[in-house]
Amino acid sequence: MKTQIQTADMPPRNIGDKVANALIYIILILVSLTCILPILHVLAKSLSADRFVMEKSVYILPKGLTFAAFERVIGDPSMVRSLVYTIIVTVLFTLIGMILITCAAYPLTKKRLKGRGVISFIFLFTMYFSAGVIPEYMLINNLNIINTPWAIILPLTFSAYNMIIMKSFIQTNIPDSLEESAFLDGASHFTILTKIVLPLSKPIIATLCLFFAVGRWNAYQDSLYYITNAKFYVLQHKLFLLVGNASDAASIAASEGSAVMGSPEVLKAACIMFATIPIVCIYPFVQKYFVKGTMVGAVKG
Amino acid sequence: MKSVNTTSSFRRYIKRDWQLYAMLLLPLIAVFIFKYGSFPGIVIAFKDYKILKGISGSDWAGFDVFLRAFRDKDFWLALKNTLVFNGLDLIVGFPMPIILAILLNEVRNKHFKKVSQTVLYLPHFLSWVIIAGVFTQLLSPETGMINILLSKLGFDAIPFLNKNLPWAVTYILVGVWQTMGWGTIIYLTAITGISDDMYEAATVDGAGRWQKIKYITLPSIKGTVIMMLIMNLGRIMASSFERCNAFGNPLVKDVQYQLSIFIYNKGLQSLDYSLATAVGVFQSLVGLLLVLAADRFAKSIGEEGII
Repeated sequence: MKTQIQTADMPPRNIGDKVANALIYIILILVSLTCILPILHVLAKSLSADRFVMEKSVYILPKGLTFAAFERVIGDPSMVRSLVYTIIVTVLFTLIGMILITCAAYPLTKKRLKGRGVISFIFLFTMYFSAGVIPEYMLINNLNIINTPWAIILPLTFSAYNMIIMKSFIQTNIPDSLEESAFLDGASHFTILTKIVLPLSKPIIATLCLFFAVGRWNAYQDSLYYITNAKFYVLQHKLFLLVGNASDAASIAASEGSAVMGSPEVLKAACIMFATIPIVCIYPFVQKYFVKGTMVGAVKG
Repeated sequence: MKSVNTTSSFRRYIKRDWQLYAMLLLPLIAVFIFKYGSFPGIVIAFKDYKILKGISGSDWAGFDVFLRAFRDKDFWLALKNTLVFNGLDLIVGFPMPIILAILLNEVRNKHFKKVSQTVLYLPHFLSWVIIAGVFTQLLSPETGMINILLSKLGFDAIPFLNKNLPWAVTYILVGVWQTMGWGTIIYLTAITGISDDMYEAATVDGAGRWQKIKYITLPSIKGTVIMMLIMNLGRIMASSFERCNAFGNPLVKDVQYQLSIFIYNKGLQSLDYSLATAVGVFQSLVGLLLVLAADRFAKSIGEEGII
């Protein structure tokens, strides 16, 4: 009986439909493979014995499994130092960024706020016009934060884009009546924000933290511009110097060949994975949040 | 009588909302220091800036620096590359997320859908350094996996990263690769908004899958598609320093040279601050005008604006 109902509900299926279905799966599998295979290949190389990599016989699975290259990367104190430093910078950046956009987004959700339009414009204009690299460089120089970690933490912390996402979320998900009734009960705006709005905004907070953190973790442009002291290189900047210039074999040989024995290919692969693994580990867990968050962001602020 | 009323309501208003203004103070200060704080520096685009003389000590140059930029053949090369590669990005890359979103929407197996989405979003979270590193490992002439496979099959190695044309193709395809999965989110959102009733009615009427895509899904997401297209057109002057820089190498200097690289080379490396600032301002202004035009256009055809 049950199966009968199900078949009645199912759309009629013919051979053409089955073929189309199979095609859809095949295309999606192939496209997904292009996303994952390159990374698996690098992972395999980083875990393989030098000999097999030089023989050019490593594809998707490691051969002669060894953690030697990773041990060498982790054994390099400057690498570990850079990792810890980058984590600290990323955490600070995310924290300051979240505080700034929350302080901007929450008041701007209040339609009655006088000057709301002007203040919104001040924030949003930064998204569409920037003075450019040199004026920004001179600003950092004048503020005397050049060559310090602050040069890569402070300038980018306010993100108008993330602010809009936060604002849209609060506007669409937290009913005004809830806040109004709290207000009538004598709660201050600050209490409403911390006790009602923020606890109800957990999904968007997770999403935006991820956006901030990934943005900082991945960028090296500003570090390249503002930081000349190797002590303050973020991991991506170090990685750029190590493997950046695509196929510029000479520079890689010069930077590694003298110091390290064995295949530079394997070491490079290990460095790449070293900087990638933290992201790959975190991101699937926040996926359900950030999809929602991006959807909210699609709703114009 | 009336003025007393307004004062007291104003007082009540301030009493009620001062905390909101206090909150706004923090981000406003940050924005004024770190964003608007750099705007006065634009002035050196109109000066013959000498580092030793400082900004105020340098002589005014009017629009001479801009004229110098427009006579510079490096500038035209950078501008051409920026426009050509952004145009190609748009032509090749724009349809991909739409196609993928429609395909993903047809998948009934929830588990499969979720796993493939996780995998497809992944490249969005990788930095350009990592992507360049990964693709060097895959594509380099001697040690890259693809070329190793090609040579084992008896083909010649392809200089994916060392010759202008193959490099350009690689640059574009890697760009598509990086953005296609993430780009599906906005279209999937639009598709989720389509009422199930429409599909059911179509099924009752005997519509096949292809007909449902053609007559229901595509028309329903048309607005989003047009929006995204306009937004992307507004960004045609933008150029990612990291993408060009991480993929660049001396062998492909001519194709890799975009405005961001021009500004970096002339400004921070050759210390011609005035020239680099002028080109930066030019790029920002044209970009702003394009966004405004795109917004106006979107509104004129009855879509939601982007600003």
